[in-house]
Amino acid sequence: MDYFFDEEQIMIRDLARQIADEKVMPIRAELDEKEEFPWDIMNILAQSDFLGIYIPEEYGGMGRGGFEFCLAVEELSRACLGVSTTYAANALGTYPILLYGSEEQKKKYLPDIASGRKLVAFALTEANAGSDAAGVQTTARLEGNEYVLNGTKQWITNGGEAGIYTVIAITDKSKGARGASAFIVEKDTPGFTFGKKENKMGIRSSSTRELIFENCRIPKENVIGKPGMGFIVAMKTLDSSRTGVGAQGVGVAQGAFEAAAAYALERQQFGQPIISIQAVQHILADMATQIEAARALVYAVAKFIDTKAKDVSKESAMAKLFATDVAMKVTVDAVQVMGGAGYMREYPVEKMMRDAKILQIYEGTNQIQRNVIGQALVKETAKKK
Amino acid sequence: MNIIVCIKQVPDTAEIRINPETNTLMREGVPSIINPFDLHAIEAAIQIREQMGGRVTVLTMGPPQAETSLREAVSMGADDAVLLSDRAFAGSDTWATSYTLAQAIRKLGADIVFCGKQAIDGDTAQVGPETAEFLDIPHISYIRKIEEVNENYIRVERLMDEGYDIVESSLPVLLTVVRELNTPRLPSLKGKMAAKKAEIKKLGMADIGADENNLGLKGSPTQVKNIFAPEVKAERKMIEGSPEEQVDNLIKELKEIKCL
Repeated sequence: MDYFFDEEQIMIRDLARQIADEKVMPIRAELDEKEEFPWDIMNILAQSDFLGIYIPEEYGGMGRGGFEFCLAVEELSRACLGVSTTYAANALGTYPILLYGSEEQKKKYLPDIASGRKLVAFALTEANAGSDAAGVQTTARLEGNEYVLNGTKQWITNGGEAGIYTVIAITDKSKGARGASAFIVEKDTPGFTFGKKENKMGIRSSSTRELIFENCRIPKENVIGKPGMGFIVAMKTLDSSRTGVGAQGVGVAQGAFEAAAAYALERQQFGQPIISIQAVQHILADMATQIEAARALVYAVAKFIDTKAKDVSKESAMAKLFATDVAMKVTVDAVQVMGGAGYMREYPVEKMMRDAKILQIYEGTNQIQRNVIGQALVKETAKKK
Repeated sequence: MNIIVCIKQVPDTAEIRINPETNTLMREGVPSIINPFDLHAIEAAIQIREQMGGRVTVLTMGPPQAETSLREAVSMGADDAVLLSDRAFAGSDTWATSYTLAQAIRKLGADIVFCGKQAIDGDTAQVGPETAEFLDIPHISYIRKIEEVNENYIRVERLMDEGYDIVESSLPVLLTVVRELNTPRLPSLKGKMAAKKAEIKKLGMADIGADENNLGLKGSPTQVKNIFAPEVKAERKMIEGSPEEQVDNLIKELKEIKCL
């Protein structure tokens, strides 16, 4: 379907597709098998200006928005979710600085991020904090001109590989959710080390690690926004980034659909290609319809967020929820259409199915997304009374 | 450091058709690309500029539509683009092409000129070295590695059938490159935008002070009579025996077919 992109948007989509086809597809199985971090691809994306798409031009970026970022994420996800997770997590880590960073922080960090000299990671989740963001136990204690961080972050995407980390820690336990703050921590700061690298079901080329802070001292100016704003920073960051996860869902579903349809055209049974069999056509028809609906929703919400609308929680949750549930269903169906071949590692869809599962879990489980939508509905309905 | 990269727009297909009447390539309806070897030349030039500063100019001789290839080179990172286009250039063979390119390069000025080792349509591998001859500068062909380069000196590895040579040269120099040299980069988004707006400088016969008699069909000593795929007539004969017998028999054989 034609979504009436402007010339630059077409350029972004086409170049992302070219990188995905020429550079990612040939090595995706190997990256998955070896759990190899995709540095070569990140360097290509950096050289082609993809790491700064949503960063303003004055800081070395392209000055476009979340919508254009979603176009790039979708194309990369069509080839490999491990790669697109690495790419999208970089944006997740950048949003706190972009949304709430001081002018000095933006000047200091955004040019390195836009050029790809440094990757970024976002660190909220802990052993006892995930869906329950208020369970954060990592602390930051103010001592003179420094904050002293202690605690362990868990399952942090780009952990160990990123040069810049945006970290949520408790500065005042007595204030509950208002006692959290967001910080910028640079790699190689004394007292900041990495724990084990996780062995995952899917997105295996992405790096997922613990961050360990033991009396890690960072300058006072590294607080993002004001002390106590940590949860607002985290929630607004997630509001902005969720469409990117939705775009990952659209992309991986598209990739799985294309692989399944191509196979169905080749595979002969009962003297005909199986794509001629109505039972198969119906599965493909449902897949294609769901993908198009998910894409339309993700695009619409991403454009809505780019208008700087004040409250986008409900819509961004809807885009993430719908598109990632579609991704799971479509990748499972792709394996089914391809039958035995779909189950084999020779073909790409078993990986897509393993990869897709994370989309329903990370950046807020799809149950949490329903909570967000539900709470917004309650508010809206009560207002009308 | 001023670097000029000579590129050629070629048809993107293995099924090149030949016009049976004129014995020339039929380009209509075939998508065009930058000659693949030239992409490595562009990459090499950009890498030297990144290291030493200066400007990279891409130069091509061709019809007006060759402009798209120049813009593609700009999207990879070339600074300037020059199109040599004039009715008088039409029908040039490698001699006339090299003369024309050399006239333009002399006018533009360059410390290093890069070319792909050959074009995938004509496959002659002549234009690079011939251009150097017209310019009266040294050339090194088939380079696979640039070991060192500074303001007035370069050391490279030249690919040979077995192994490689290390060749040093003063500048200015012309280099033709093979695939092993590097991996050409993809365009960047900023490069693509720059390419869209880039001004393509157009030069004709008068601009480069060329002698009309050396241009186009008129200036081309090569006359194509016929193009065909050579028939494979593989006749083999094993000469056996001791080394002495083999030599005797070989000499006998060669005398029989009047090679000796």
